[in-house]
Amino acid sequence: MSISAPKTSSPWLFRFAGLTALATFLLIGLGGLVTSHGAGMSVPDWPNTYGYNMFAFPISKWVGGIFYEHTHRLLASAVGLLTTILAVWLWLADPRKWMHWLGVAAFVGVLAQGVLGGLRVTMHMDSLGVFHATIAQLFFILICALTLFTSRFWKELAAHKKNFSIALGLRTLALATTLLIFVQLTIAATMRHQHAGLAIPDFPLAYGKVWPDTNPEAVASYNARRVSVTEEAPVTAFQINLQMAHRLVALAIAALIAACAWLAWKRLGGKDSLTKLAIFWLALIFVQIGLGAWTIWSNKAADVTTLHVMVGALSLVTGALWCLIGFGRSVSLPQTQAPGVFGVQTSMMANK
Amino acid sequence: MALVPGTQAADITGVITFKGTPPAEKEITPIMDDANCSASYTKAPLTHFYAVNAKGELGDVIVSLKGVTGQSTGASAPPVVIDQKGCLYIPTIVAVQTGQKIVVKNSDSCVHNVHDKPTVPGNNESNDVQMPGGADLTYTFAKPEPFLKFQCDVHPWMFAWVTVSDSPYFAVSDKDGKFTIKNVPPGKYTVEAVHRKLGTQTLDVEVKDAAVPANFTFEAK
Repeated sequence: MSISAPKTSSPWLFRFAGLTALATFLLIGLGGLVTSHGAGMSVPDWPNTYGYNMFAFPISKWVGGIFYEHTHRLLASAVGLLTTILAVWLWLADPRKWMHWLGVAAFVGVLAQGVLGGLRVTMHMDSLGVFHATIAQLFFILICALTLFTSRFWKELAAHKKNFSIALGLRTLALATTLLIFVQLTIAATMRHQHAGLAIPDFPLAYGKVWPDTNPEAVASYNARRVSVTEEAPVTAFQINLQMAHRLVALAIAALIAACAWLAWKRLGGKDSLTKLAIFWLALIFVQIGLGAWTIWSNKAADVTTLHVMVGALSLVTGALWCLIGFGRSVSLPQTQAPGVFGVQTSMMANK
Repeated sequence: MALVPGTQAADITGVITFKGTPPAEKEITPIMDDANCSASYTKAPLTHFYAVNAKGELGDVIVSLKGVTGQSTGASAPPVVIDQKGCLYIPTIVAVQTGQKIVVKNSDSCVHNVHDKPTVPGNNESNDVQMPGGADLTYTFAKPEPFLKFQCDVHPWMFAWVTVSDSPYFAVSDKDGKFTIKNVPPGKYTVEAVHRKLGTQTLDVEVKDAAVPANFTFEAK
């Protein structure tokens, strides 16, 4: 597959992909609210809702945890519809073959996500929730990538790429950092779906120490003192160590992104779009660390925790887009000659 | 240990006490945000982890005979009732035998989902809807399991914990910390007291033909 840019592009296809990405981002947020409110199993049936067709479930019954789970399902259906339209649109209108298959991958991905979410309910498996949350991040990257590939910006990369090549070292650093963020989000999803987000209730210390004791007596003591309104399962040494890993990986990610931003500034200059994106990425990660601390200090308030989830997703996708752009600027981007159909514009200014 | 129920059986009785200061309970504030649930309260109720009275007596402790298994009479035992009232489970700590029915009622005017989450293989997880005024739900469990969790995901502060034993020789300490394990056949036993937060204590006793005392003291950790 060659990463190519079409000679022509449709501004409406780009906007529609962007709309799908926005809806996906909101869906991740709503999914975060479901888990933050412990409402993942509040609707015991699927694909129906309390015996109703999902779309006919009376609004008067959207109470308590049902509100979060049901609206998550409705928005997921909307994202499924948007993704299906996007896949069909790409297949018919985009001249790049590989874009057809990326559209198909998005369609299969959204179907799989829906079924996985349903099975998590019907099979009573919290562990499936971890996969559901993790695949959501990958799906978000895919939709954002499709948005990038249908943009005028991507098309212009093809025209200017020779002057903007990115050093392999910087690209590798950004890719490694993005992969580490994905690992971090997987750790976070495991913590959240074990309802162990407050396995350590203080920050920056951990049970008053730099590194907490996790021997059986210490853990028993933590659990004896732990009084929580919604998370009643005892914490384990594994969960405490997992949260310590989450904290350490957060520091590593911040250091790596700072290195990316510094290298980009040094090698590409402050006005380069990738430098600006790297600085935005760094700012995002500082916000994310602040939200992580606030999550602990707020006793895992649902809105704060969900913001932490959403900024985490944004951090991952920012890294992924940085890598794609960096890669796109550094390899050959042949322009596709095939004419577009179904609304593809011929003007170079089409996306303006 | 092989037991012969009914032959000169005696009771094991005792009091559980708590030494120290328990952690402060928390207000269940989300309950006041729910229009259906808040109608039962003028202020948010408290969590209920440490049922300690003014005398320092500790309720909600499961007391049983350690190592006595395979004696369940659960199939013929009367059902144990858990009610959902004011969007809380009442009681929150329950003990039953394997095969004994647990009847879950809904006295609230709102829907609950009754979601039991066993962790021992052989005990099946389920998640059932219970509408206001809906029929009672009945559960049984085949395998012994300590503190098997029941929860409502519609109201995520609602929890009950059911200890399943495969013998009839157990009790739950009441609000005054008192308990009685009835009709224990003569013999030497290890009595085990388990609090969900404070862990386990044991005491060796010998049952003859009169009630045997067995008192426990848990300390704050």
